Amino acid sequence: MELTDLSMLELARKLAAGEASSVEATRASLERIRAVDGRVRAFLHVDEEGALAQAEASDARRLAGIARGPLDGVPIGLKDVFVTEGVPTTAGSKILEGFIPPYDGTAVSRLKAAGLPLVGKLNQDEFAMGSSTENSAFHPTHNPWDLSRTPGGSSGGSAAAVTAREVFGALGTDTGGSIRQPASFTNLVGLKPTYGRVSRYGIIAFASSLDQPGPMTRTVADCAALLQVISGHDPRDSTSSHLSVPDFSAALDAGVKGLTLGLPREYFVEGMDPEVEAGIRAAAAELERLGAKVVDISLPHTRHALAVYYLIAPSEASSNLARFDGVRFGLRAKGAKGLREMYGQTRAQGFGAEVKLRIMLGTYALSAGYYDAYYVKAQQVRTLIREDFTQAFKTVDAILSPTSPMTAFKLGEKTEDPLAMYLVDVLTLPCSLAGLPGISIPAGFSRAGLPMGLQILGKPFDEATVLRVARAFEREHDYFRRVPGLSADAGAA
Amino acid sequence: MTPTRDQVRKVASLARLELSAEEEVTLGGRLGAILEAFATLAALDTSGVQPTAHAGPLGDDAQREDEVLASLPPSKSLANAPATVGTSFAVPKILE
Repeated sequence: MELTDLSMLELARKLAAGEASSVEATRASLERIRAVDGRVRAFLHVDEEGALAQAEASDARRLAGIARGPLDGVPIGLKDVFVTEGVPTTAGSKILEGFIPPYDGTAVSRLKAAGLPLVGKLNQDEFAMGSSTENSAFHPTHNPWDLSRTPGGSSGGSAAAVTAREVFGALGTDTGGSIRQPASFTNLVGLKPTYGRVSRYGIIAFASSLDQPGPMTRTVADCAALLQVISGHDPRDSTSSHLSVPDFSAALDAGVKGLTLGLPREYFVEGMDPEVEAGIRAAAAELERLGAKVVDISLPHTRHALAVYYLIAPSEASSNLARFDGVRFGLRAKGAKGLREMYGQTRAQGFGAEVKLRIMLGTYALSAGYYDAYYVKAQQVRTLIREDFTQAFKTVDAILSPTSPMTAFKLGEKTEDPLAMYLVDVLTLPCSLAGLPGISIPAGFSRAGLPMGLQILGKPFDEATVLRVARAFEREHDYFRRVPGLSADAGAA
Repeated sequence: MTPTRDQVRKVASLARLELSAEEEVTLGGRLGAILEAFATLAALDTSGVQPTAHAGPLGDDAQREDEVLASLPPSKSLANAPATVGTSFAVPKILE
């Protein structure tokens, strides 16, 4: 087995046993990037020098017996929305081309403190707005299972890089499904933590009431270990929770006996890929066989989540993106007469079509005369969606569903129809609106060889149960061992 | 439901976004299609329902004591600026 095929924790055990070094693992990662990224195009920036320096420092700590934790020396990648001191950060936008952040965000500081070398920055939809990574201002990313298809988005670069064995794990961010949906398209484990579990300080803001950073890994145990590193209160994010962080790995193998899992009837939507529906129903039956009680539940306001999300998130984005005005960082339009014109032209030149659309939608929904009809209305229905979950969690411990109604679609297939693109995330949005933890795990492959994802949603701050259910399913399968063929035909692996 | 050309221009102006004539048409059309699809919300009775602005309860930090912490030095804060004067960000003139 290649070094790069190891999971994060498998590599960690080798590092601890002295059977591999962090420099070897980081070099293997960099070599793999050189070999395959010309086809996958997951990276926006590779920090070879920085990663190797961090790996050398990690190896020195190991030798001195002062390793900083189990993941010290395990190389990972970051979605480009995380600001990284001295390393270019664009959030997939031309407006930030050439931006070198003067500081690290909290998740990045915590990764560094735990000793993980950062290999580079990963492609994404511009400002995390999209479901296919085609809205990147630089280039689309290709799905390693079928290079003619999208890896999903917006954390598509993170998903593709981990799947293609370019890095051992990565962080993404999830506002409406941007970790879970690409994980489902690429046979990965992707977790959106409870809103407030992980600090948002130093992630370039999209929708502040929804954004959460989270792990994208090949195994559930890796996911738990990486979540452990980045979780916990941060005085720099007033919405980060003061609740103590449990040991996410402690009960991973506790099984599902005694747990009640709900299958929401509204999540098996019309037009869903029948193979996905069959695959997820089979997964639920399997969890039942493993000892869980599986019951039908109803989340009656699910069908409104799409409208609620696409009013609230763009509204918040229209406000957050006001900071990109050509004054303090990033692009400034040349030749503008006066400040007002400079703002307008800078934003016209710097933002892509989808970002402009969402800024327009959000500004419209917040403008005088429409505020109550759109923004406040959406916030009220958000309350109803939350209450659906509160009711459901009175009788179930976790909720099962498909992550997306479909498998990975072709590049270019949905770029001209925003509403069709938005529907890709229809099953991940309600969880985000309610601020709940949600994971996508590999649930098998379609006949065409494309991965599908099982979504597991939990109660607020109960990531531990979500991970436990995920692990119970994972241990029955070896999906994560499959290596993609990196060809333009699905099923080549 | 589709916003008029004037409405599109007004919203773009509020957003400090210069649009080409072509963008006014395409973005206006897409905006209209999205708002029409979202009209289902209007039919839902939400009288008496409190709006949710945030998924979780706000942390205690909203009420914490002020505390002076180190911040970035001007050299770092200004390092990415398109134009500077001394320790300030320089912008095109505001008053004609």
